[in-house]
Amino acid sequence: MNWTWFHKLGSPKWFYEISGRWLPWLGWAALVLISVGLVWGLAFAPEDYQQGNSFRIIYIHVPSAFLAQSVYVMLAVAGLVGLVWKMKLADVALQQAAPIGAWMTCIALLTGAVWGKPTWGSWWVWDARLTSMLILLFLYFGVIALGHAITNRDSAAKACAVLAIVGVVNIPIIKYSVEWWNTLHQPATFKVTEKPAMPVEMWLPLLVMVLGFYCFFAAVLLMRMRLEVLRRESRASWVRSEVRALTEGER
Amino acid sequence: MNFSSFSEFMAMGQHGLYVWSAYGISIAVLLLNVGLPWLAKRRYLQDEARRMRREEKR
Amino acid sequence: MSNVFVLLFAREARLLCRRPAELANPLVFFAIVIALFPLAVGPETQLLQRISPGLVWLAALLAVLLSLDGLFRGDYEDGSLEQWVVSPHPLALLVLAKVLAHWVFSGLALVILAPLLGLMLGLPGSAMPVLLLSLLLGTPVLSLLGAVGAALTVGLKRGGLLLALLILPLYIPVLILGSGALQAALQGLPAAGYLLWLASLAALALTLTPFAIAAGLTISVGE
Repeated sequence: MNWTWFHKLGSPKWFYEISGRWLPWLGWAALVLISVGLVWGLAFAPEDYQQGNSFRIIYIHVPSAFLAQSVYVMLAVAGLVGLVWKMKLADVALQQAAPIGAWMTCIALLTGAVWGKPTWGSWWVWDARLTSMLILLFLYFGVIALGHAITNRDSAAKACAVLAIVGVVNIPIIKYSVEWWNTLHQPATFKVTEKPAMPVEMWLPLLVMVLGFYCFFAAVLLMRMRLEVLRRESRASWVRSEVRALTEGER
Repeated sequence: MNFSSFSEFMAMGQHGLYVWSAYGISIAVLLLNVGLPWLAKRRYLQDEARRMRREEKR
Repeated sequence: MSNVFVLLFAREARLLCRRPAELANPLVFFAIVIALFPLAVGPETQLLQRISPGLVWLAALLAVLLSLDGLFRGDYEDGSLEQWVVSPHPLALLVLAKVLAHWVFSGLALVILAPLLGLMLGLPGSAMPVLLLSLLLGTPVLSLLGAVGAALTVGLKRGGLLLALLILPLYIPVLILGSGALQAALQGLPAAGYLLWLASLAALALTLTPFAIAAGLTISVGE
C-alpha cells in the first residue's frame, strides 16, 4: 500500500490546500442534506402512532447523539496518531474537534429534555441514554479544560490525547454500568429512541439527517483546523501570501 | 405531505411548542458552530494584515 | 526489576509515614462528609439507612480524589520524577509501586474506617462484609484512575479542581457498582455479581492505567 498520502498529511501547507478544495463540497453537502432531512422529517414523514408529532425531534436528537459519540472516538484516534507518529495535524484535529463534539452533546441533551416533556411529563428523567450523554458532556469538558490549562501547545495536545484515550476505554464501561443502574432503579420504561421496527418513510429522513450532520461536522472541523494551521504557521511565507490574498479580496 | 394545512403544520398536533423549540435550539447551535470560527477567521485576518502593514512600513 | 518495585514501595511507605497529618486529612474529610449528611437530611434512621450505600461510596470517592491531588507534586518539585522518567526501569512499574504504596496507606485506612461510619448511618452488621469487600476492590481503581489525572495535572499551578473535573466522570462505574453491591446487601440480595464486576474493573485498572500514568508523567515532565 502506498503511504505517501499519510506522510503528506504531516505537511500543513498540503493540508491547507487540499482542505480548501474539499471544504465547499462538504459545506454544500451538509446544507443540502440537512435542509432535505429537515423538510422531509418535519413535513413529510408520517407521525408516530404513540407519540404523535413530538417524535419528529428524533431527526435532530439521534444524529447529534451519534455524532457526539463518534467525535469522542475520533478524538482518541487523533490522539493516538498524534502520540505514535508525532503528527502535528492530529493534535490540531483533536483540539479543534473537542468543542464541536461538546456542542453536539449539548444539542442531544437539550432536544432529549424537550422531547422528555411531552413523553415522560418532565423535562429531565434519569434515563440511561440521557445520563450517559450527560457524562459524555463532562468528559468533553475535561478534555477542553485540560487543553486550556496547559500553556505549552505540544504538551497540551499530548495530555488531551492521553485523556481522550483513557476516556474512550472507559466509555463502554460507563455506558453499561449506567444502563445497569437504570434497570435496577426503575422498571423498564418506555424508551424514546428504541423503536422496534421503523417504517422506511420514517428512517430514510433520519439517515439523510445523520449523513448531513457528519458532513456538517467535517466542514466545521476543516474550517477550524485551517484557521489553527494559519495561526501556527503564521511565520511561514506561504501563510503570509495566503493572508495577503485573502485580505486583499476583502478590501 | 403529512399535514393538510400550514396552521396544522405549525401546531404539530399539540406538540408544536416542543418540536419547534427543539429544532430552533438545534439550528441556533449549528449556526453558532459555523459563525464562531468564521468570525474568528475574519478577526485573525484583520490582525494579521495590520501586523504585516506595520512591518512593511518599518 | 521486581527489586526496584520493592525498593520504591518501601521508600514511598517510609515517606508517607513521616507525614502522618497528610495521611489523616482524607480520613477526617471522609468522616466529616458522612457526618454532614444526617445534619442536612435529618436524623431518621430509616432514611439514613436507605441512602447510606450511596453516601459511604460518594464520601469515599471524594476522599480518595482529595488525597490524590498531591500524589506526584513532591516528586515533581524536587526533580525525582525526572529521574524516574530517564531511569532504565519501566516507568509504568515505578508509578504502580508509587500508587500502590499510596493506596495501602490512604485507601486501606479508608476501608478500615468505613464500617465505623457505616454503623453510625445504621448499616446492619450483615452488610459489613460487602461494604468492606466492595471498598477493598473499588478504592484501588479510584486511586489508579485518579493517578492518571494527577499525572496529567502535576505541572499545573492550580490542578486540584481540574483533577476533579477530569477524573470524576471516570469514577462513575465504580460508584454505581460499589453502591449497587451495598444496596443489594442491604436488601438481602446476593452481591457477588457486583463484587466480581468490581474485581474485574480492578484487574483492568491494575494492568492498563500504569501505562497511562507513565505517559501522563512523561508529558508533564517534558513540558
